[in-house]
Amino acid sequence: MTDDSLKFVIVGHVDHGKSTLIGRLLYDTSSLPEEKFEEIRATSEILGKEVEFAFLMDALKEERERGITIDTAQIFFRTPERTYVIIDAPGHKEFIKNMITGASQAEAAVLIVDADEGVREQTKRHGYLLSMLGLRQVCVVINKMDLVGYSRERFEEVKGDIAAYLSDLGIFPSFVIPISALRGDNVASPSPNLKWYSGPTVLEALGTFEGIKIEKRPFRFPVQDVYQVDGKSILVGRVESGEVRRGQKVVVTGKGEETSVVSIEKFLVENPEKAQYGESIGLCLKRQEGIGRGDVIASEPLPRATDTLRGSIFWMENLPYRKGDKVAFRCVTQEAEGEIEEILRKYDPASMEKKEEGAQEILPAEVAEVVIKLDHPVLVDPFSFIPEMGRFVIEVGGIPVAGGIVSEG
Amino acid sequence: MDHLDQLESKSIYIIREAYYRFKDIAMLWSVGKDSTTLLWLCRKAFFGKVPFPIIHIDTGYKFPEMYEFRDRLAREWGLNLIVGRNEEKIKEGMGPFKGSKLECCTELKTNALKQVIAKYGLKAILLGIRRDEHGIRAKERYFSPRDTQFKWNYEDQPAEIWDQYKSKVEEEEHFRIHPLLHFTELDVWEYVKRENIPIVELYFAKDGKRFRSIGCVPCCSPIESNASSVDEIIEELKISKTPERAGRAQDKEDTYTMQKLRALGYM
Repeated sequence: MTDDSLKFVIVGHVDHGKSTLIGRLLYDTSSLPEEKFEEIRATSEILGKEVEFAFLMDALKEERERGITIDTAQIFFRTPERTYVIIDAPGHKEFIKNMITGASQAEAAVLIVDADEGVREQTKRHGYLLSMLGLRQVCVVINKMDLVGYSRERFEEVKGDIAAYLSDLGIFPSFVIPISALRGDNVASPSPNLKWYSGPTVLEALGTFEGIKIEKRPFRFPVQDVYQVDGKSILVGRVESGEVRRGQKVVVTGKGEETSVVSIEKFLVENPEKAQYGESIGLCLKRQEGIGRGDVIASEPLPRATDTLRGSIFWMENLPYRKGDKVAFRCVTQEAEGEIEEILRKYDPASMEKKEEGAQEILPAEVAEVVIKLDHPVLVDPFSFIPEMGRFVIEVGGIPVAGGIVSEG
Repeated sequence: MDHLDQLESKSIYIIREAYYRFKDIAMLWSVGKDSTTLLWLCRKAFFGKVPFPIIHIDTGYKFPEMYEFRDRLAREWGLNLIVGRNEEKIKEGMGPFKGSKLECCTELKTNALKQVIAKYGLKAILLGIRRDEHGIRAKERYFSPRDTQFKWNYEDQPAEIWDQYKSKVEEEEHFRIHPLLHFTELDVWEYVKRENIPIVELYFAKDGKRFRSIGCVPCCSPIESNASSVDEIIEELKISKTPERAGRAQDKEDTYTMQKLRALGYM
C-alpha cells in the first residue's frame, strides 16, 4: 500500500484558532498562491482587519463578515514528502453537522485548544465525536502560547486536562504540542520561544500519521447495483473489507447461499485476478439470479443478520427526535425502515455530567445509546471489527439526521 | 491501491450511486479537462457504455478546437450528446461586453442549463467541479440539492458522512452531483497521464502560451507557459504559485461573484 497523501481534520472550540493554524500551515509551506494572499489581504482591509488567514477557508461572504466558519471546507498543501488535505470544520454547536461531515472524511485529527481559555464545551464535543468516528490518530495542539507568555506551567495544566478527558474516550493523542499559529511557533519550524519543548512541530507530527491501511479482514462486497453489459449481468459495488479472487468461494449473505466468483470486472482490464479493499469493481458469480442492491457478498466469518441493533448515535440536525418517529436506516448499500425503540442513555458530550436514562427524546448535538428496531434484517459487523459495515446513518423525512456505530454483540 | 486508485474508486462509487438513485440523470460536459476526466470515469463506471445523456452548454463563444474535440469524442465513444443553447439570448446578442459578465454567464450558461433540465425532465446532473478550484467550491457536497430557481442553500447543507448521500428529491428540486470534488488540479493531470485520456489541445503550449482553464473565448486568457505535453504540465503545476482560474474573467468582477453565481445555479 503506497499512499503519499493524508487527509486530516482540524477541530476544536470556537476561536481557538483552527482557521489561523490552516493559514499558517499553508503560508509556511509556501502553498499559498500570491493572488490568493493578495485577495485575502484586500478583503481584510475592506473589512478593517489585519490580514486574516482564516479567510482562506472562510470563503463565504457571511463567514467573512461574521468572522466565523459556517461550513466545512477542504484545502490542499504539499511538502516535499507528501500531499496533505486539510479539512476545516466549524466550531459552533449550531453547525455540528458540518463539523461531522468534515471529520468523517479524515484519516487523522488535530484537536486545537486555546492555552489561555483551556478546555471548553466544543473541545469536549469534538473530542467525543472523534472517538465515535473511529479516528485514532490524534494530535493535540495547545495554541496561543504567546498569550500566556510561553509558560510551560500553563501548557502542562491544559495538557493534563485534555489528556484526562480524552483517555476516558479511549483516545490517546500521539502528540501534545505547544504552538502559536498566529506567530508561527512550532507549526512548521521549532520555536525559539519554546525551548523547553523538545517534541515535534505540527508538520513533523502530521508526517508520522498514516493514510488508509489495508488489514487482513474478511471479504465484504455490498451490492450497489446490477448492470447488463453486452449480454452479461454484472454486480457492481465497492470492496468494503478484505479482498476477492477469481474462483473464490463466497456467500450471498442476504440469501444465505454459497457460490463462487466467475470473474472480476474492471473496464479495460483483461480478466483481473483479484480486487482489494477500497476498489469499485464488478463481480460475476456462478449463481446470481435474484441478487440485487443491499445484498452483501462475503466470506467467513460472516456479518450478523439482525432486525434489532444496539448502537451509539450522534444527532446532527437541528431538530429533535421524539420516540415513535419513523426513521430510515442506511448502512453501506442497505436500507431499512424502523424506529428507535429504546433510548438507553443519552447525554450532551460537552457536559458529560448529566446522563439521562430512559429518555423520550434526543436533542440536537446529543449522543445516545439506543436500540433500533427495523422492518427487516440487515447485515452488520461491529464497528470495532469492520468499521465500514458497522456504521450507519439515520434519516428522517429523507434528511440525514444522525450517524451511529454498531456495538458489539 | 495508490493515491489515484483511491480517487478513482471514490468517483466511480459516487457515479454509480447517482445512477442508482436517479434514472433521469445527465452529465454536464464543458469539454475542459475536468469534465472530460469525469466522462472517462463514467465510461469506467459503466464498462464503456454511458447510459445517460451528456450535455454541452454552448454559449456560442467557445473555441473552435472545443467544438471539433467534442464532436470527435462523442462519435468515438458513442455518446448521447445534447447541446444546450439559450437561442433567444444568443440571437439578442448577449455577450460579455454587453452588460456584466455575471449577467452573461447567468443567461448563456445557467439559464441555458435550466432550459435543458426542463426540456428533458432531468432530476440530477453530474458535474466535474473540484474543491481546490475555488474557496466556494471547497464547500460543496457530493450530492447537493437545488430548488427550481437553482438556488444553492449553502448555509444549511445536508450532512454527508460515510458515503451516505441525501438523495431524496422533492418535487421542486434537482440534484447537483460532484464525483470529482476530491481531485486536485494536479491529480487530474496525473490521472489523465496514467489513463491516457484525450484532452483538447488548448491546454498545451503553443508559442509560449497555453490555457490552464478553458471556457468562452472572450473571457479566457492563456498563461505564459512552455508546457506542451501532459508531463510538462505536471512539472509546471508542481512549482506553480498562481491559482488555476487566474485567467477566468468571471471570478474577478468582485470577490463574491463566484459565490453569487453558484448560489444562482452556475456550474
